[in-house]
Amino acid sequence: MTMENVSSVFEYAPAPESRAIADIAPSYGLFIDGEFVEAADGKVFKTVSPSTEEVLSEIAQAGSEDVDRAVKAARRAFEKWSALPGAERAKYLFRIARIIQERSRELAVLETLDNGKPIKETRDADLPLVAAHFFYYAGWADKLDHAGYGANPRPLGVAGQVIPWNFPLLMLAWKIAPALATGNTVVLKPAETTPLSALFFADICRQAGLPKGVVNILPGYGDAGAALIAHPDVNKVAFTGSTAVGKEIARTVAGTRKKVTLELGGKGANIVFDDAPIDQAVEGIVNGIFFNQGQVCCAGSRLLVQESIQEELLESLKRRLSTLRLGDPLDKNTDIGAINSEEQLTRITSLVEQGEAEGAERWSPACELPESGYWFAPTLFTNVTQAHRIARDEIFGPVLSVLTFRTPDEAVAKANNTPYGLSAGIWTEKGSRILAVANKLRAGVVWSNTFNKFDPTSPFGGYKESGFGREGGRHGLEAYLAPSSPEGER
Amino acid sequence: MGPLGDSIEENPGLYSRYARRYARLVTMPSSALTAAHPLKDVASSDSALRRFLHGLPGVDAVGLEGRAASLGTRSIKTTAKAYAIDLAISMVDLTTLEGADTPGKVRALGAKAVKPDPTDRTTPATAAVCVYPDMVAVAKEAVAGSGVKVASVATAFPAGRAALDVKLADVRDAVAAGADEIDMVIDRGAFLSGRYVKVYDEITAVKEACGTSARLKVIFETGELSTYDNIRRASWLGMLAGADFIKTSTGKVAVNATPANTLLMLEAVRDFRDQTGIQVGVKPAGGIRTSKDAIKFLVLVNETAGEDWLDNHWFRFGASSLLNDLLMQRQKLATGRYSGPDYVTVD
Repeated sequence: MTMENVSSVFEYAPAPESRAIADIAPSYGLFIDGEFVEAADGKVFKTVSPSTEEVLSEIAQAGSEDVDRAVKAARRAFEKWSALPGAERAKYLFRIARIIQERSRELAVLETLDNGKPIKETRDADLPLVAAHFFYYAGWADKLDHAGYGANPRPLGVAGQVIPWNFPLLMLAWKIAPALATGNTVVLKPAETTPLSALFFADICRQAGLPKGVVNILPGYGDAGAALIAHPDVNKVAFTGSTAVGKEIARTVAGTRKKVTLELGGKGANIVFDDAPIDQAVEGIVNGIFFNQGQVCCAGSRLLVQESIQEELLESLKRRLSTLRLGDPLDKNTDIGAINSEEQLTRITSLVEQGEAEGAERWSPACELPESGYWFAPTLFTNVTQAHRIARDEIFGPVLSVLTFRTPDEAVAKANNTPYGLSAGIWTEKGSRILAVANKLRAGVVWSNTFNKFDPTSPFGGYKESGFGREGGRHGLEAYLAPSSPEGER
Repeated sequence: MGPLGDSIEENPGLYSRYARRYARLVTMPSSALTAAHPLKDVASSDSALRRFLHGLPGVDAVGLEGRAASLGTRSIKTTAKAYAIDLAISMVDLTTLEGADTPGKVRALGAKAVKPDPTDRTTPATAAVCVYPDMVAVAKEAVAGSGVKVASVATAFPAGRAALDVKLADVRDAVAAGADEIDMVIDRGAFLSGRYVKVYDEITAVKEACGTSARLKVIFETGELSTYDNIRRASWLGMLAGADFIKTSTGKVAVNATPANTLLMLEAVRDFRDQTGIQVGVKPAGGIRTSKDAIKFLVLVNETAGEDWLDNHWFRFGASSLLNDLLMQRQKLATGRYSGPDYVTVD
């Protein structure tokens, strides 16, 4: 199962995390007004484990009638929730954060089963960040007067939120925590391939005694998301997902009074200068593109390496890739898990085939893929130019395109030469170069000598077709506040 | 030296890469750099050596520590754990370096090194016992016929603050008494003040004093070098000068072996072999007390330098209390229950 060909002497025995801790029911309803209910039209869909294709549960599928019910519940709850003193709302958020910490092992296993990502990541990245996000915004709830949006900023009302499948619970936290802290109520639609952690979160809301209707969860497909965004009584739309869907949403809300934030695709450039700390740069490149199987909007999917060190760096990178362990996501030693869905696997496969057809050189470490489930070996493309599709299109998979540059100016020009602008990385031991280059990059997040580091205090968001608005940090409050609107008008 | 002239200052990384490129053209049959090797004359002057060492890629501390921590989360269970524990036992340099050392103490240590667990004869012997030079003869007798080596610290260990003659006499004494391995300390004062050639020359002199009978371990006292950049430079300096092993620490200062500094040294020996064909061993020493820690270090070896280093000829633990914990864990794997400190021998 592993691609580890570096060592056959020290073979790690299987170390699976017990899945028994996540007690998944055979079926789940929609979570509306504090209750789990069936869909109005009785429709259901199945959610599977991408690593085995095993059916995990059957989920009620929300339709437009359910959207209407949920928005009405959120509207009813809004009046009391928004009138609570901030300190009272904070208590609920702190309680939710603590319950998430207490149940983090269970939620990590659940997320790994439903999403396919390694337990190492859900345990060490997703869940700690989820809890941290709730703690962080809990702290803001009673300090909104001092957030820089005027005295007594008001919530917007009902927030309709649609989230993707790559970080199901973390994206939920990014959406729900600031919304609740600022006094909004929420209707959230998780992705159809990863509904389970949002439904477990619904249970956590009940456990925390959150008033009914403040959080509503509607598992379903794109039609439910579209209905939610178009619903006339939704005041705020927050979406994380593909640029194509983001554009559709922008068209839908155009001409309405809805406030919108969109966090869309990316084609992040990871720029490695010749004076970089090479060993750490290699780790950063691996983390940048293979974290979560590369299914990350801010992935460092374009490696821009200075021509003079290309050979040396690629040699190190290939050696490092051949130590990655691919296989059972529940095994604590797994580095690379499964691709989230068959649909995504098909998309990755087709873009990679195009890359080969366009003449780029494809390389993967020796790697045996499991027979069932959706898998893709870590892949490297060299001889890539700006003209290749694999250098321009977001692949959203474990595929790295390697390009070269000669001077810092050329690096900046190439990094910015994309319709996206979400993330970038700079690797150099020279501090002045970090500052100079970072100032010229049109990307919402620029990491220096690291990559894919997240923190709730730091705003995150894109330039250009990567979207607009910021999530996280003080800036993340703005999306859920009406600074200047007179009281009563929403 | 060097074809690059002034551009070295502008582009320090380039220098080492040139050296690296040339190095590939040379085959290295012996265990030391031959006179013809392009890396050989980097030590011709302080400034040349400085240019070379400062031209090595920098180390990002956050990234290095992050990588070490992430490898520390590997879960080594059942058969893998049994393998790792036996391997770790076979890599221990069982050490006593006290002012209060006596022949009796050293004999007891030697007996334990040969048969670590009297209740289980399948337990592997340790790699070596490590003692002061005046105890080498006693140690040698205690492990005679067993294959366990005798290592001796020398060169005015642990501070290294003595004249070169004195240090060399110390080494010759230990070698004459039969030491199989010499653990020397570098002159940290000279290193920190930039007198790299002094450090280099001392190592080559000690190496010569070791002759063909003793392998040389070079101790950097990483806790005193303080920065990771310094540790990488010291590693290369030691290897260029002919070290058979590079070793983190004496065990006598506050910060000794850590996963991060050992990872960095493993990267150094890996890169050095890539460029010169010469394999150099690594020995973290001091502060490694539990089996869990030792296994983490073995994971670092496995996933950084690779399986060629998973052998006590190339990797050692400088430790004393570690062995008993390894033995208790070994008994636990065999019997299914924990014993206790009374079921392993006191030293």
